[in-house]
Amino acid sequence: MGMIKKLSVWIGYLIVLLALPQFFDSILAISIFNQMAIAIVFSLSYNMLLGQGGMLSFGHAVYFGLGGFLAVHALILIEFETVYFSILFIPLIGGVIGLLAAIFIGSFSTRKAGTIFAMISLGIGELIAATSLIFTDFFGGEAGISGDRTFGPLFFGVDFAQDLEIYYLAAIWVFIATVFMYLFTQTPAGRMANAVRENPERAEFIGYSARRVRFISFCASGLFAGIAGGLFALNYEFITEENLNAITSGRVLLMAYIGGLGYFIGPIIGAVILTLMNSLLSNYSELWMLYLGIMFILTVMFLPRGFAGFIMMHQTAWLRGNLKQLALPYLISGIPAFLFSMTCVAMIEMMQTEEQSFSFFGMQLATDAALTWIVAITIAVAAFYATRRSLPQLRDAWESANAIPASEKTES
Amino acid sequence: MLEVLIFATLNGLVTGLLLFMLASGLTLIFSMMGVLNFAHASFYMLGAYFAFSISQYLGFWAGLIFAPLIVGSVGALVERYGLRRVHKSGHVAELVFTFGLAFLVEEAIQFIWGRDTKNYQSPDILDFPLFTLFGQEFSAYRGFMIAISLGIFICLYRVLTRSRIGIIIQAAITHPNTVANLGHNVPLIFMGVFGVGTALAGLAGVIAGPVLTTFPGMAAVLGSIVFVIVVIGGLGSLAGAFIASLLIGLLQSYAIASDVGMPELLNLIGVSFESSHPLNDLWTLTLPQVAPILPFLLLVLVLIFRPTGLLGKREE
Repeated sequence: MGMIKKLSVWIGYLIVLLALPQFFDSILAISIFNQMAIAIVFSLSYNMLLGQGGMLSFGHAVYFGLGGFLAVHALILIEFETVYFSILFIPLIGGVIGLLAAIFIGSFSTRKAGTIFAMISLGIGELIAATSLIFTDFFGGEAGISGDRTFGPLFFGVDFAQDLEIYYLAAIWVFIATVFMYLFTQTPAGRMANAVRENPERAEFIGYSARRVRFISFCASGLFAGIAGGLFALNYEFITEENLNAITSGRVLLMAYIGGLGYFIGPIIGAVILTLMNSLLSNYSELWMLYLGIMFILTVMFLPRGFAGFIMMHQTAWLRGNLKQLALPYLISGIPAFLFSMTCVAMIEMMQTEEQSFSFFGMQLATDAALTWIVAITIAVAAFYATRRSLPQLRDAWESANAIPASEKTES
Repeated sequence: MLEVLIFATLNGLVTGLLLFMLASGLTLIFSMMGVLNFAHASFYMLGAYFAFSISQYLGFWAGLIFAPLIVGSVGALVERYGLRRVHKSGHVAELVFTFGLAFLVEEAIQFIWGRDTKNYQSPDILDFPLFTLFGQEFSAYRGFMIAISLGIFICLYRVLTRSRIGIIIQAAITHPNTVANLGHNVPLIFMGVFGVGTALAGLAGVIAGPVLTTFPGMAAVLGSIVFVIVVIGGLGSLAGAFIASLLIGLLQSYAIASDVGMPELLNLIGVSFESSHPLNDLWTLTLPQVAPILPFLLLVLVLIFRPTGLLGKREE
């Protein structure tokens, strides 16, 4: 039963990946799906480090970027017919480069976890990003390098000129990468990574070298980050220094953390949310990065296990069949909380805009009228107060939904 | 040659002392809470922006006094309502929180002050050459920066080693529970140290803003270098941070001022390459070009060969 259930989850995942373009087939949607595919592999690879291995890295973009750069160089080689193979295998080239870089860097950086590891990763990240700007022949300086993915042998007549064709290629790679990353968590090496994360001393006492265990996770993580870099190279056909510097390293940390580090599916959720925010929200507001920052801080403070953790919190209530009891309290707290945050967003946008009138969800707000501000502030304060008042009720409902039923209590 | 050396030394001293103002607060906070404050350079940036806004209305000197106070209060609030809450979830969560804070501060500054560079000026009163050497001028403002940084260093050192509150702080670093049992409010001390540390960063921002330009990326420029310093100096060691600050300041300053590089080195050993050689970038590399990456190279080397840093004792 368990086996069939697991298998059906994976088949469902594959079907969703392959069927997505059937439902959303606009050019924008396809480009968002491609970004999502890259982000999913990248943030899953990051989770191998931080979530499963307990290694906080501030330089994970190094493996992504190096993989991507070599992948673009491979595209150029194919274009000038120095080598001859299908671009299907470009992500694999990225992966091999990511793996090689991780073997070299991991050989000394995985000696310690914790702050030392974080600092080495930061130093290496800055070092390689700065070095890449010096070696302009290979890295192309600020402008980066570009290739063309339409050369090389055709794959059943497909030349991958269309984004949609690249999507199917990326979807297959995402599926393969996800399966292997999941299988890695089931291997002894993956299990020991968890043990070393929790208590390296105990792991050493039962005969495992903590350093070796960390090194294996680190290399595997570099491999998949490189694959993501290769996918990036295929999708955009160019790559710049920004893809291996601190900005990209920070973004993958945000993705994995917001999604939820403790769960395999967490980084996938994070990648989907952040890509959607990146591509949809940025059309509506220049300030989406500000909202992202606020969202991230709130997540770290109130949902330390991320969105996946928030969903999994409801497992007990669900198993007891008490999820219904929570619906009403959630609505009572959620509506004013939503109103409060939306009013705050409206005020922030009103401060930002230079125009006299500003359209917000179909409402025309006069930005320079005192009345608008008084109304907005009143709504915000009232909504905040209402949210606070409703929280104790929500807490009571939460506790009663998770309470052990009287029948079970007597048994134990 | 001599004037280049002297000016490189003086400029290195200015940078080094400025870096120490940031590094001292970061080191104190680390030794207390065991967490590296990723947002430390963001408080430095906040200091520069607050001082810029204050100086528009009340002049530079009012900014010099009030901006660090405001930054310190913001820092104390962040500790009280942010870090303390996250502390339950462990060190990684704390580090990630300060990372998010750095991200948020940069975005918030762009929202409030805009993306462009601010015209934050040094006061007219200090707008004269302090002395002229070999025909080059050394501005009085740079002398003022050295004076302020040294003054802060001496004050900090005296307070920490000679005053009652300094002794309590030192005790709270090593034995928080004992200090609490003696009736001191340890969480309050933590909040105070965080506030003072961020205020120092703010002060550094106030005096660095006019020289290093006030723009939204100024935290990112210095942020990782300050990390490098506290790690090279030895996590938690104030004296180590002082040495490392001067070391990095001078190293970068000498590297920028020098005019040697690979061509000279290759000449020395009598090798030469065609300009069409695939590694041409490597053979034409000069020292000023690699100046920005020297601190990180040093960091990686220190962490590999001496993970405790120059003067650090802490072993995880």
